[in-house]
Amino acid sequence: MKMLKLVLALLALLSVVPAYADDDDFALRVKALNGESYSDKIAAAEALAALGDGRAAPVLEALADGRLGYGPDGSILIEDNGAYTDPVSGQVVQVAAFDAITVNNRLRGVARGAAARLALFSPDVEARRAAMESIMASGSDDAADMVRTAQAKETDPAIKALMAATLANLDLTSNDPARRLAAINTLGDSNDPQIRSRLQDLLASETDPAVRQAADKMLSGMDFRLGLIGFSANLFQGLSLGSVLLLAAIGLAVTFGVMGVINMAHGEMIMLGAYTAYAVQQFFRAVLPPDLIDFYLVAALPAAFAVTALVGIALERGVIRFLYGRPLETMLATWGISLMLQQVVRQIFGATNMEVANPAWMTGGWELAGGFTLTYNRVVIIFFCLAVLGGLAALLRYSSFGLSMRAVTQNRPMASAMGIPTGRVDALTFGLGSGIAGIAGVALSQIGNVSPNLGQGYIVDSFMVVVFGGVGSLWGTLVGALSLGLVNKFLEPYAGAMLGKILVLVFIILFIQKRPRGLFALKGRSVES
Amino acid sequence: MLSEKTFWSGFAALGLLFLVVVPVLNLAVPEGSALHLPNYMITLIGKYLCYAILAMAMNLVWGYCGVLSLGHGAFFALGGYAMGMYMMRAIGSRGSYGNAELPDFMVFLNWKELPWFWMGFDHFAFALIMVMVVPGILAFVFGWLAFRSRINGVYLSIVTQAMTYALMLAFFRNEMGFGGNNGLTDFKDILGFDLTQASTKMGLYLLSAVMVGATFLVVRFVAASKLGRVMMAVRDAESRVRFLGYSVTSVKLFAFTVSAVLAGIAGALYVPQVGIINPSEFSPANSIEIAIWVAVGGRGTLLGPLLGAFAVNGAKTWLTGAAPELWLFALGALFIIVTLALPKGLVGLWSTLRAKAKEKTQ
Amino acid sequence: MSDELTIDTPRGAGVAAPGSILYVDSVTVSFDGFRALNELSLVIQPGELRTIIGPNGAGKTTMMDVITGKTRPDTGDVLFDGHVDLTRLTEDQIANLGIGRKFQKPTVFEQLSVFENLELALKCQRDTWSTLMFRLNGEQKDRIDQVLVTVGLADKVRMIAGALSHGQKQWLEIGMLLMQDQRLLLLDEPVAGMTDAETEATAQLILDLHKDPHHSLVVVEHDMEFVRALGARVTVLHEGSVLAEGSLDAVQANQKVVEVYLGR
Repeated sequence: MKMLKLVLALLALLSVVPAYADDDDFALRVKALNGESYSDKIAAAEALAALGDGRAAPVLEALADGRLGYGPDGSILIEDNGAYTDPVSGQVVQVAAFDAITVNNRLRGVARGAAARLALFSPDVEARRAAMESIMASGSDDAADMVRTAQAKETDPAIKALMAATLANLDLTSNDPARRLAAINTLGDSNDPQIRSRLQDLLASETDPAVRQAADKMLSGMDFRLGLIGFSANLFQGLSLGSVLLLAAIGLAVTFGVMGVINMAHGEMIMLGAYTAYAVQQFFRAVLPPDLIDFYLVAALPAAFAVTALVGIALERGVIRFLYGRPLETMLATWGISLMLQQVVRQIFGATNMEVANPAWMTGGWELAGGFTLTYNRVVIIFFCLAVLGGLAALLRYSSFGLSMRAVTQNRPMASAMGIPTGRVDALTFGLGSGIAGIAGVALSQIGNVSPNLGQGYIVDSFMVVVFGGVGSLWGTLVGALSLGLVNKFLEPYAGAMLGKILVLVFIILFIQKRPRGLFALKGRSVES
Repeated sequence: MLSEKTFWSGFAALGLLFLVVVPVLNLAVPEGSALHLPNYMITLIGKYLCYAILAMAMNLVWGYCGVLSLGHGAFFALGGYAMGMYMMRAIGSRGSYGNAELPDFMVFLNWKELPWFWMGFDHFAFALIMVMVVPGILAFVFGWLAFRSRINGVYLSIVTQAMTYALMLAFFRNEMGFGGNNGLTDFKDILGFDLTQASTKMGLYLLSAVMVGATFLVVRFVAASKLGRVMMAVRDAESRVRFLGYSVTSVKLFAFTVSAVLAGIAGALYVPQVGIINPSEFSPANSIEIAIWVAVGGRGTLLGPLLGAFAVNGAKTWLTGAAPELWLFALGALFIIVTLALPKGLVGLWSTLRAKAKEKTQ
Repeated sequence: MSDELTIDTPRGAGVAAPGSILYVDSVTVSFDGFRALNELSLVIQPGELRTIIGPNGAGKTTMMDVITGKTRPDTGDVLFDGHVDLTRLTEDQIANLGIGRKFQKPTVFEQLSVFENLELALKCQRDTWSTLMFRLNGEQKDRIDQVLVTVGLADKVRMIAGALSHGQKQWLEIGMLLMQDQRLLLLDEPVAGMTDAETEATAQLILDLHKDPHHSLVVVEHDMEFVRALGARVTVLHEGSVLAEGSLDAVQANQKVVEVYLGR
């Protein structure tokens, strides 16, 4: 009898794809758990697990916990809070006596590990995925046979692929060159850094030339793809930062570039726009039906534009127009305005950060290879900033207001003589610049906190963008913002965020020594005077 | 420019006020008396005196030469750091970690040895030289690059602002070796004088007052010279000056560098009196505030910066205590009022009023 | 000062360069595609007085900008004294070589007094240290007084220049030019906004300056009476190039010049 049990257990172990476990086989193997020695029991536990039967998991767990025993008739039972269950039939049974099967640490470990792996046969897809991922992470080849069994039964294609990858990963250390080669071929387009390191280990000791060649090829392909992913991630983050800089700087390009006014309160216009978004969100939450909340941004954009444009017009008429021709004084006065605006907001909303939520359609992102995610809010902002820039360019080029604006900047006395109300054009231009800062604020509220200091963080950067790109050139602002964003993000992996930023600042300071008027400078007598 | 007689009598009066009246009110007048100046007031006035030096430095380059630097706080902070480094070294083994070789923050960061740029700062004389040399060299190199490429007006302001911003970010980094976020603090003594002693504080105060006087003389000497007139000419019509054969680059560079050195000295006097220096001194907002002291007092005048530094900082001390939420409104309004209505500041206002009074009596 | 300057072999120097005080050879300047100067060539001999006329936009002011270093030419040579390449020097270096300029729009230092304006223009060491340590000596004081009399501002010596009338500012600027004692004087419309009497006096002043062979003068002017009073050789500029050169009568008789001035 004992001999038979052992043979059966060995058979089960050796079979690569075991037959579907029928009840008799299952019962037999469960019974074998009550072996004479610990090594018998271990063999039996492994044999049971090798069946790949979901019913085996609770049995093995009970064994590990010391809750598996046998009744007076020798039948195996699971004890659970004083109730006894027959693991084969699943029936609750009444017994007169119960003796637990003794376990040692080794057996306990084997049983527990087997139980965990058996989750691969669970009917629950998520449980199977979790089990697979933990096996993959452990990288140990104990589970290889079981994974093979499970692979045959698996119906979910994603998990099946995961299993194939895991098996191939395990096969990388196989003694059989053919299996190593097959594994490399299976893993061919993986981007997992763990696999990369296993591949490197393999290359360190590999002797088979065919395997070596395949591994070399795979490694270089993998490095190329990983490089590409890293590059794309930097590219995306750089574009995202560039779009934020662009949004912050477009309004400035209007007030500074077109009017020559340095508006130090520009950052506060952005801040006001962000608070308008917050206020609109609160209004939607408080007053309107809940399913409209996703559309609060649509209302916030015009609201923010209106609020900041009006504040801008008031500033221009109230303060700035008296300072035309005195740029340094304008700078100081607008700095004063920025301090006051910050304090006003602090008084109304408090100094703490306000949370402006992403609407549902901006939450989440596309997960791409290598753990790199394109978040929707940042993608939306990239397109949004281009739309704003395009809209502004069209406004300047095609509208009559744009024509008056260009006329006033090019020759004020002549424009005035032609009947253009220069004062009104100034006010509206400043309002436009401020309004754009306002909608930039709405966009920025989607990717960061809203606080009274929000604008301060952007002021140096946005000036750098305008100066770098070339004052008075929207094209320059676009190129300036995107290139600064990209340079910043591509420097970050090497230099760190802070040092990267410092380097960019130093670069710009040196750059304007060479080209004091920026990348896209206007040339001509009018500029020099 | 004031006449010799008016200048010297005013100079003597100010000297009397700060070097005699204030110390007497503190030391000789009994504590219960209404005229007694408490010790904390001495340190406060000492702090204002440092601000006054800084304002006078700013005035030299902005008021006379028309170069609005929005990065002057950086020179002040660098001078302060140089002095702070000396005082850190002077702590010796009295720090919390008791390490005689390394300042506390380096022990905390697990650094094994003193970085090379801290070498020499255990000598006071070396630190004193660095107080002037570091801001001076930075101003010279930065100014040479900027003025040579004719970066002027608002462009220069923006670039100097970027400079101080970059320095702030850099000094925030622990790896820079200047104490990161927390900066340098917990100073014990300076040249063996205990910093907590009232007598040391009085000494530092008197030194600041003397330095204000010296700065006065330097600024007056430059402003009264032909170079001072060339500076004013640069301020009013930069390109015209070039056609007369003066190098605008050199003139601006001279004013900028001298101004930075003075700012560094101000910072070095400031740090022992307030007991701390940290990267927030580099913040662009601080530098812009210096401009408003000068503007309030009256740029391009000798007395204006001193007046402005005391008036604005006095108001700040009082208002941030009495009604802190109002201070930013007041400061903001000050920026607007001064630029719109008082282009020559308090000094200009006084001259205008006096001229009007004269007209009436005639 | 001039000793320190590099002396270059001019790139395309023609035979006229040696011995001339100012040599301009095929200079082109363009602003955004617009050619302000188009292959302009001009030679001024030492001690010469030359008047330049031309319609608006002919490039007269741009030519002065190029000579004084304010504008860099795209191509062409500008040589001073037959050998110093002006296109590589800055405005202040050129001024120290001995080239003075009076602007079309009078530019004086409005916040400084008349005396201080002249003092700044005074010929002397102009490096920063010497300027800081400068003390006016008796001789220099006399020179300033002399010029004050010449330009008729002796009674306004302490006045702030910004408070002067337009004509007085013109005179002050001429005074500054005299103070500099330059070898080559460029005057851009010196009599614009002056009364007839003042115009006459300015013409006399220029002729007096011309008597000294040390001075070479280039005068740009629209006023034909004034040009006639100077009685000098005339160069006509048109669209950035020299259209005609000769005596006033000769150029006035020139068919091309008539076309340019009267329209085709």
